[in-house]
Amino acid sequence: MISKDTIAAIATSIGQSGVSIIRISGEGAFNVAERLFRSKNKSFLDLSKNSITHGFIIDPKTNKEIDEVLISKMVSPNTYTGEDTVEINCHGGIGVTKEILNVVINNGCRLAEGGEFTKRAFLNGKIDLVQAEAISDIITARTKEFKQTALDSLKGKLSEKIGDIKEDIINLLSHLEVTIQYPEYDIEDLTDEEIKEILVTIKEKLKKLISTFDKGEILKDGVNIAIVGKPNVGKSQLLNQLLGSEKAIVTDEAGTTRDVVDEMINIGGIPVKLSDTAGIRDTSSKVERIGIEKSKSIMKSAKVILFVVDSSQKLDKDDIEIFENIDKDKKIIAVLNKTDLKLNEETEVFFNEIKDIEVIKISALNGENIEKIYKKIYNIISNSENNELNDVLVSNERHKNLLNNAYESVENALGNLDMGFEVDLVSIDINNALESLGEITGENTSDQVIEDIFKNFCVGK
Amino acid sequence: MEFNAGEYDVIVIGAGHAGCEAALASARKGCKTLLLTLNLDALAMMPCNPSIGGTGKGHLVREIDALGGEMGKVIDKTFLQSKTLNTAKGVAVQSLRAQADKKKYQQVMKYVIENTDNLDLKQQEAVKLLVEDGKIKGVVTHTHAVYDAKAVIICSGTYLKGKIIIGDVSYSGGPNGIFPANKLSESLKELGFELLRLKTGTPARVNKRSIDFSKVEIQYGDKEVTPFSFENETLEFDEQPCYLAYTNEKTHEVIRANLHRSPLFSGDIEGTGPRYCPSIEDKIVRFSDKERHQLFIEPEGLGTNEMYLQGMSSSLPEDVQLAFLRTIEGLENVEIMRVAYAIEYDAIEPTQIKHSLETKLVRGLFTAGQINGTSGYEEAAAQGIVAGINAANYVNKKAPLILNRTNSYIGVLIDDITIKGTSEPYRMFTSRVEYRLMLRQDNADLRLTPIGYEEGLISEERYLALKSYEKRVEDEKERLKSVKIKPNKENNKMLEELNTTPLKKTISVYELLKRPKIDYNDTACFDKDRPVLKRREYEQVQTQIKYEDYILKQKQAVKKFKAMEEKELPSDINYDLIKNLRLEARQKLNKIRPANIGQASRISGVSPSDINVLLIELVKMKE
Repeated sequence: MISKDTIAAIATSIGQSGVSIIRISGEGAFNVAERLFRSKNKSFLDLSKNSITHGFIIDPKTNKEIDEVLISKMVSPNTYTGEDTVEINCHGGIGVTKEILNVVINNGCRLAEGGEFTKRAFLNGKIDLVQAEAISDIITARTKEFKQTALDSLKGKLSEKIGDIKEDIINLLSHLEVTIQYPEYDIEDLTDEEIKEILVTIKEKLKKLISTFDKGEILKDGVNIAIVGKPNVGKSQLLNQLLGSEKAIVTDEAGTTRDVVDEMINIGGIPVKLSDTAGIRDTSSKVERIGIEKSKSIMKSAKVILFVVDSSQKLDKDDIEIFENIDKDKKIIAVLNKTDLKLNEETEVFFNEIKDIEVIKISALNGENIEKIYKKIYNIISNSENNELNDVLVSNERHKNLLNNAYESVENALGNLDMGFEVDLVSIDINNALESLGEITGENTSDQVIEDIFKNFCVGK
Repeated sequence: MEFNAGEYDVIVIGAGHAGCEAALASARKGCKTLLLTLNLDALAMMPCNPSIGGTGKGHLVREIDALGGEMGKVIDKTFLQSKTLNTAKGVAVQSLRAQADKKKYQQVMKYVIENTDNLDLKQQEAVKLLVEDGKIKGVVTHTHAVYDAKAVIICSGTYLKGKIIIGDVSYSGGPNGIFPANKLSESLKELGFELLRLKTGTPARVNKRSIDFSKVEIQYGDKEVTPFSFENETLEFDEQPCYLAYTNEKTHEVIRANLHRSPLFSGDIEGTGPRYCPSIEDKIVRFSDKERHQLFIEPEGLGTNEMYLQGMSSSLPEDVQLAFLRTIEGLENVEIMRVAYAIEYDAIEPTQIKHSLETKLVRGLFTAGQINGTSGYEEAAAQGIVAGINAANYVNKKAPLILNRTNSYIGVLIDDITIKGTSEPYRMFTSRVEYRLMLRQDNADLRLTPIGYEEGLISEERYLALKSYEKRVEDEKERLKSVKIKPNKENNKMLEELNTTPLKKTISVYELLKRPKIDYNDTACFDKDRPVLKRREYEQVQTQIKYEDYILKQKQAVKKFKAMEEKELPSDINYDLIKNLRLEARQKLNKIRPANIGQASRISGVSPSDINVLLIELVKMKE
């Protein structure tokens, strides 16, 4: 929808880039920046037109500094969208960028819809008709794409959970409304206490759902999988095989992969972040030391650990030490590499005797059995019972915002009940909560309450 | 042989609640108007419940009155008891309802119509519409009289191809023993209208003398009665009680044993009935665990012993009806005077009409009431006055009056049926109204009387009275801001007596009124020199102050809503050429042809992304 409100979004692609840009556009853009930006001498509003200034983004609630940034002030109409625009160049990384975006949104913006900056640019006459055709396509394409992902997430538990909360709200509303529409029928009015009780349950459910958002973020950034093993057992080769391309440096010399190499792959629709750790080995080399520290922390955050050994060799002290360092609560796949060479029986027996560990024999050199690893990873992350992935429901910023709106509406309703306001006011907030949830699933909720009244109550002449 | 019977600006077909308001509005706006009815004795007839108003519907009556319509005034003269419903649920959902003396209501309305200038009333059945080049030209009646007209309003109620069903008996007939109108449907079909077959029903009327009133609960109305019409401040009436009785297990047994004789279950009825108006057999089947159902026994008038049994509509055979009624305590010896029946009738698919209530197919042809798929006297009258105003505006080449979702229940009703269509008879509910805090029955006058005045239906005198009322309310609100209450012992004691928190700092009476459960009269002790206000005035003051913050919030929402309504879609837009629209959206848009983006967004099957595509298209078109 075209409106005068101020919108914001992360303008750069999300990833491990060095710098991220958050763009704010609209009438209130400068006021938003004024609230968040601190620099040595000047307030944001005093900055000159079309300037770039160094300073800090703070959270005005806590006065806490979030990041050191460069901020651009671009005055309407000479901007991309044609509106007053602010761009915050912050340090890359998802954490910081998201945090800044959150603060921006909490201070007078809403999250931009896909393609909205471009749409505004067009509507403000900044781009021409030919481009407009393209945009129109993009918007529909985006919608299709969005629908696809929306469908994916809605197929799962999110829609179930939201549907569940919606049903609670609809039931409550239809009970409230039926006594309004049919005041003389023998339908018991809900007492304020009963309404409160129902609202508190709804509130708790919303809260729980919202709290999954951070986990959802992890999902969006990928399920972590660490590839560990002592140097030169073929970790990088395995990574390359899993990626289907050669990214990590592969040499025969032990300890070549000093930095952690992160790669995203898609396994059955689930984004997976593969981290090839530097060979974990006691070392005095400083560079390697850092790499190893990192490896350990990566193992901690990993969901699945691929423990790679050279199956042609007898396991040595290094292998055992690394294996002992792996947290046994993690899902572990023992990857017995180098099946192209002669198998060491002792090594095989060692793994066969350990319970709760998957063993896959591969050859990273010629690609043998690589697909077994894919399958195993997929099974682990999609099926395991107490998998946090199953709790991950809210992975979309827009959904989170709408859930927050619903939560606030329920709180308002509770507040008004406490103050002794009557049903006509209280029902407005409850209705707003329902509408917010409806927006997530793209449904029009306006007729649902009436439907429910006739389904569940016996009224009428 | 056809003969020319005269020439009118506006002809109204049907003199029910829609037709009466339509004819009065048109005539009062100076158009030479003819009102045709199948039967003069059926004018303003209430073939179903003997009451006007009710939740949502009360709002409609107040709005009709605010625009200068007649329904509110007539019921104020003819009611038998009156009640403001939902007094404990907040003013936004309060509605007036009055029991009516049916015959008297008809008489008073007929007398008003007979005494209105520019208005002829004739007993004639319209059988054919005359249309040339897509424009209405006149009406032919069953006696072959041809009336020329510039505009025609059809308010055919349930008469079009009416079919009465009582159990296994069915016959062609209109409501209440009146003839049906069997020919006009064909004329509409020939003109290309898509027709719907709808169904409704009414319970039995029984003789008061056959009821044992000692076994039923008596119910009275309000002592202090609120009039429907702004023009009345106090009302005189002869209160008649209603009664409450209950069905029991025996009643349900009789009904269950005879379900196979119901045309609804055997499939003899093809029309779609309203869910909010289920028959008793329907209730017993669908809510089988309910031990008893209420039935309200309501008087039909002062000069009759007929009593209406609300809650007991049925299409079971007559013998079954009598049998199950006699199982009810108090009705053991009941005698039925009019048997309950279901009625099927033709209506037009309402997305074929514009917000002005003019049909999209024929210029100058308007429709109002049940023909548009609605149900209820009030819904009909509400459309009637709008159709009457707009037929006159059409004749006088003036812009139509378009009410909208932000200014009235009438606007919501018309928008709903014309944009969303309906598959069952449509009834007003307050929950259909997004901005119901702003659209209260108590401020209908403030919202709509200025519009009624502009349309020439409100007298100068009444308009000035409204303005002075409005000013007194505004002045009082201002004054209350300056009346301060100090946090001293004496004041805090009085506050405690009012069951509200004591003060820590000085506040105004205005602020105190924002607290829940504190009303204007409660605050008199802090405001000894207050002017004497009429009830209507101080109630308005109190409501406006109490709801101020929420109303401000709704106003924000309204602003957003209006921005979308202002984005007009050209009438010649070809949705087939907009390639990014989804197929379903394209079909719906081509059929309904919304006037603006806001309307388009309310069509089911048009998604938010389709709306984005339309927005882009609009800007492209401007370039």
